[in-house]
Amino acid sequence: MRRQNGYMTAGLILAGAAAALILLGFFWTPYDPNAMSMDRAGPSLAHLMGTDNFGRDIFSRVMKGAGATASIALATVAIGAVCGTAVGALTGYFGGLVDEILMRVNDALTAFPSVLLALVVISILGPGKRLNVTLALGVVFIPSFARLTRTAFAALRDANYVKSARLMGAGSGRILLVHILPNVMHVLLPALTIGFNNAVLAEASMSYLGIGVTPPDASLGYMLSEAQGMFGIAPWYAAGTGLVIILMIFSAGLIGEGLQRRNGEVG
Amino acid sequence: MKYAAKKIAAMLLTMVIVSLLAFTAFSLISGDAAEIMLGTQATPERLAALRAELGLDRPLPVRYAAWLLGFFTGDLGVSIQYKQPVWDLIAPKVLVTLCLSVLCFLLIVAVSIPLGLRSAGRSGGALDGARTVLNQLCMAVPAFFTGILLSWGFGITLKWFVPGSFPGLQEDFTGAVKYLFFAAAAIAVPRIAMTVRMLRSTILTEMRKDYVRTAISRGADRRRVLRRHVLQNALAPVVTFLAQTMAEIVAAGIVVEQVFVIPGLGRMLVASISNRDYPVVQAIVVILAFWVVLAGTTADIINQRIDPRLRLGGAS
Repeated sequence: MRRQNGYMTAGLILAGAAAALILLGFFWTPYDPNAMSMDRAGPSLAHLMGTDNFGRDIFSRVMKGAGATASIALATVAIGAVCGTAVGALTGYFGGLVDEILMRVNDALTAFPSVLLALVVISILGPGKRLNVTLALGVVFIPSFARLTRTAFAALRDANYVKSARLMGAGSGRILLVHILPNVMHVLLPALTIGFNNAVLAEASMSYLGIGVTPPDASLGYMLSEAQGMFGIAPWYAAGTGLVIILMIFSAGLIGEGLQRRNGEVG
Repeated sequence: MKYAAKKIAAMLLTMVIVSLLAFTAFSLISGDAAEIMLGTQATPERLAALRAELGLDRPLPVRYAAWLLGFFTGDLGVSIQYKQPVWDLIAPKVLVTLCLSVLCFLLIVAVSIPLGLRSAGRSGGALDGARTVLNQLCMAVPAFFTGILLSWGFGITLKWFVPGSFPGLQEDFTGAVKYLFFAAAAIAVPRIAMTVRMLRSTILTEMRKDYVRTAISRGADRRRVLRRHVLQNALAPVVTFLAQTMAEIVAAGIVVEQVFVIPGLGRMLVASISNRDYPVVQAIVVILAFWVVLAGTTADIINQRIDPRLRLGGAS
């Protein structure tokens, strides 16, 4: 039991550190992330991650960029989880023709890998805008959450405690929200951490491709594509940016691992 | 055989739905291709002539049917940007992306299955925690970051390949495969971690079953039980998982092609989205989706071959 929570604790500490840096970045950064100067330098106490070709402080840029990436990822997961769970709950609980049709569409949608589907949606909405990126990614995450919760809700539809709640006169809304939803949480929580990781990756990929968030809204992916061009002379730029992406995904992954072990799954 | 036929029919149906979704979505947003190609100054006569030439004067369902047939006849419309047939533009790129995905897939299978077996065989040891952390860490590294590191380390420092100059598949096949190998490796790292983890948890779940306990208590060698009995029963979910990995490879490939400057479908797709060249975008999207659906169906058919429980129609 002790080690099971070790993953959770480690994950929460790392995620907390990342969250603190990101929150701080919204109000204060050591330097102006866009201020240029003549000196390019490696990591030092004055510039924790060094400065890039234009003399911009990379640590400050990473703080801002991580904020953009994390907030888009959180919004994305929120859209996907809320809409997906709603669809999954209704189709799983009630079944019927709507369920059949939605599941067929769902099957077809899983044929599009997430980044591909996001690219399709974004090319429809128009590239380069932050809201569009969030919407595109959010829509992409709906099917996976719908599929997951549908199975869970369908399995509990005829559980004894649900039947007894129904006999006591509880309405469908109450049964879904008060009785079944808490019992689906153990499936939903690990899925949220995986969803967050996929969202961070997808957002970073899209802005790396220059289709997601574009300047002046720096995101980690865009910064990485900038850093690739400067790799020969300022490798610390790519290293710093990459490390922060890895930190975000790694900490969420550890939390997910901890959650799954708590559920008693073999890991 | 009936099972395979049913799966193939389901696959064709999914492909039709997929292409229908893509076609309607892009037809609704793209507007009038003839107007975009000729500009706002064009006379109505010239517009009408070009529309007739492109087949845009026909109703939507007819255009969809013609376009879907185009995947077999090679007539997928005309690119707005390059004013060339879409098929001529993408045909050479299909092969490059196909090579990259297959190479990456083979790499994942070759590395992760032995690793997964080893890791399951040694579960519960002192290093268990460290292994889990290492696994999570590998999963956390984005493919394009690995790609940047690889192209710098092996490309610029060690000069094993020249980043940015992809030798054509026809001109220099071994050189091209060597180049693609590094891109495939970048995609493979997190996927291998995921596959190992999945394999390990499937095997450990299987190991808890009664038949394994019986076999071991009757004196069968532990490793033999693992290889002969457990692996056979644990294989079906793994095959399904590997088919899903194909989708992930395709998605990661779009980005990694950009990192390594590989002239494949992914790069073409990104460029076409920026140029709003919808005929090209919709063709590439549907080809990539077909590829994923095909992988899924193949996995289903293989599973039915290796797992008699499915062959007898226990689960569909």
